[in-house]
Amino acid sequence: MEPTRLSQAIAEALKERYPEEVKEIREFRGQVSVVVKKERIREIMEYLHDTPELCLHYLRDICGVDYLGKKENRFEVVYQLFSISHRHMVRLRAEVSEDDPTIDSVTGIWDGANWHERECYDMFGIRFSGHPDLRRILMPEDWEGYPLRKDYPLKSDLGEKEWKGLKKVLELAEKNKIYEMGEHAKER
Amino acid sequence: MKWESMPKSAERLETKELTISMGPQHPATHGVLRLVLVLDGETVVKCTPYVGYLHRGIEKLAEHMTYLNAIPLTDRLDYISSMANNEGYCLAVERLFGIEAPERAKYIRTMVAEMSRISSHILWLGTHALDIGAMTVFLYSFREREWILDLFEMLCGARLTTTYVRIGGVRNDVSQEFLDSLYKFTEEFPSRIAEYETLIDQNRIWLKRTRCIGVIEADEAVNWGLTGPTLRGSGIPYDVRKYAPYDAYDKVEFDVPVGKHGDVYDRYRCRMQELRQSNRIIKQCIEKLPRGPIMAPEASKVSLPPKDNVLKDMESMIHHFVLITKGPIAAPEGEIYSAVEAPKGELGFYIVSDGTGRPYRMRVRSPSFVHASVIPRLCEGSLVADVIANIGTIDIVLGECDR
Amino acid sequence: MILDSTTALVEAEEGVKVIPAANTIITTIDKLVNWGRVSSVWPMTFGLACCAIEMMTTGSAHYDLDRLGVIFRGSPRQSDVVILAGTVSKKMVPVIRTVYDQMPEPRYVIAMGSCACSGGIFDTYSTVQGADTFLPVDVYIPGCPPRPEAFIQGIIKLQEKIKAEYFRWSRWR
Repeated sequence: MEPTRLSQAIAEALKERYPEEVKEIREFRGQVSVVVKKERIREIMEYLHDTPELCLHYLRDICGVDYLGKKENRFEVVYQLFSISHRHMVRLRAEVSEDDPTIDSVTGIWDGANWHERECYDMFGIRFSGHPDLRRILMPEDWEGYPLRKDYPLKSDLGEKEWKGLKKVLELAEKNKIYEMGEHAKER
Repeated sequence: MKWESMPKSAERLETKELTISMGPQHPATHGVLRLVLVLDGETVVKCTPYVGYLHRGIEKLAEHMTYLNAIPLTDRLDYISSMANNEGYCLAVERLFGIEAPERAKYIRTMVAEMSRISSHILWLGTHALDIGAMTVFLYSFREREWILDLFEMLCGARLTTTYVRIGGVRNDVSQEFLDSLYKFTEEFPSRIAEYETLIDQNRIWLKRTRCIGVIEADEAVNWGLTGPTLRGSGIPYDVRKYAPYDAYDKVEFDVPVGKHGDVYDRYRCRMQELRQSNRIIKQCIEKLPRGPIMAPEASKVSLPPKDNVLKDMESMIHHFVLITKGPIAAPEGEIYSAVEAPKGELGFYIVSDGTGRPYRMRVRSPSFVHASVIPRLCEGSLVADVIANIGTIDIVLGECDR
Repeated sequence: MILDSTTALVEAEEGVKVIPAANTIITTIDKLVNWGRVSSVWPMTFGLACCAIEMMTTGSAHYDLDRLGVIFRGSPRQSDVVILAGTVSKKMVPVIRTVYDQMPEPRYVIAMGSCACSGGIFDTYSTVQGADTFLPVDVYIPGCPPRPEAFIQGIIKLQEKIKAEYFRWSRWR
């Protein structure tokens, strides 16, 4: 997509500035991703956003990935950054462990990160400290469980763990059916 | 009783703010979007959008399907322009595997992507105008949309959720009848665009309802992550087709319309100009269409072999069997982010692969999700009627927003 | 003469007694009432997903729905039928049931598209496998999405169902 040389330069500059935070720099099919620790993620983001040579003003996407059983730190929060003026991109992967699934929020730098982080919390259970309004966005507010984790079931029939709102409507629908159709309801 | 002698009880009247739910079932919310508005009279004090009423679990479902099986899932993301979604996903998988589609397939893909852009913008125009009150535009614009849907049906059999663009190329070749009909469409379409513009462009009510409404400045728009015509209306010429060209976009000439003020009217003008540019691109694609294969030869490890070979040849049959049951088992390990310019904005796919035939994680970066988050910023402080205009102008599709 | 002088009950079958000639009046009024109901089926706009686009297309210029008497109403209190077009997610179920409960009788439900009929390709944690788990559905229109002609056929099927109704216009039904 974009030339590797520019993205590699960004990764090198980042490693020079924060040598302990950067764990690994990977390159695949012309795209560079930098694996970092989660502790100083806000500083790293501010550096990437404010430096005029890098100017990574446009936050494309924040998402989470669950590496259950494959890596020591179970979750990763992936940030895709792009610069419209300089036309280069970089990907940052912040490692988050299962015992302490929290990470700093970047909503102070980019307003658009708000909903992305809410979705990450909803789907994976990663808490973003400093987020103005961290609650579920795609699932109902009182849903239990984090759907995109690898140990969450896929199929529709959740059995005992079904959402309370749905169970309530199904019970009321049953009662209504008996009321409307009388004794014929049991034949259905 | 004279008015002056009546008791002035109006001074002791208390007013309260009214909270209403512009609920998921509403004719003007373009799908199942819920807005809770706190109103002080007619002014919106606070606006909270609630999404998720169409969450179908596409990302989790894709982890259990092979790369090929997941193409119909991407159709149903932005269901108005399904060719563009297919193209985005197939491009991402091709980049992951290191395959490139042949020339003819690239031109065909560009053609159908632009056709779906026209189709999506026409539907946007019809519903946006319908919400604001101009009902005739809806009926006129659906006439053209029927033509395009007929062309899609001629090409691949389905009107709306086509699964035509495949990994490594396209599913089947275009016929001469299709090209003739499409060329006739490109000849007649500019006069139809002029018809729509005659109906609303200089209309006083339209101008009053769209000028200086929902203004967002350029820097703020980039900070919010807006893309597509929503961003270009504010003056930033960011278009994925020009910044990172894919398929045949570097071989055709087209302009990217950019607005100035960042209001509803500028975004409307951007999209109308984009209709003309898409028409231009389709015409050039038909004229420059090269001969050749429509599926890359190295795509045989990802895509199904042609059916004739499967019925005659043992090796093709084994390939077919393995690809259907286990998926492309020669997948490399790695990750890729690839974006296309969908009609709504930048549609990105982030795919993590672990070497098996199924994607380990498929993340869809949908433009509608980001645009729906900017509704409070646009609506707070404006009137209730402007809320409808704002929802129309950012052009969201809930299927894509909720996935 | 339709009105007979005998008002005593007559045994029509074993165990069933009817007032003679009452059926002639009932069926005539039935035909009139059903004809009125059939020719003006007013659905409520409840488009959820992709099938809603095909519903809009069927309602617009090329395949007109107005010639069948179908006008889309925004409010459940003024509509006869609710057309569920698209995937029904679990978050949406209480909303749909509330809206359905607000409709006055006689009311019908059309499940349009594979997702509303039986869940479609989305057998996931967040979708309900068909609208008939919580609503009494009258007509199922399969397809993904169903063609406008198929949708019109679904409406005609509903019209046939309404035409076959018996004695649904009085208080003693």
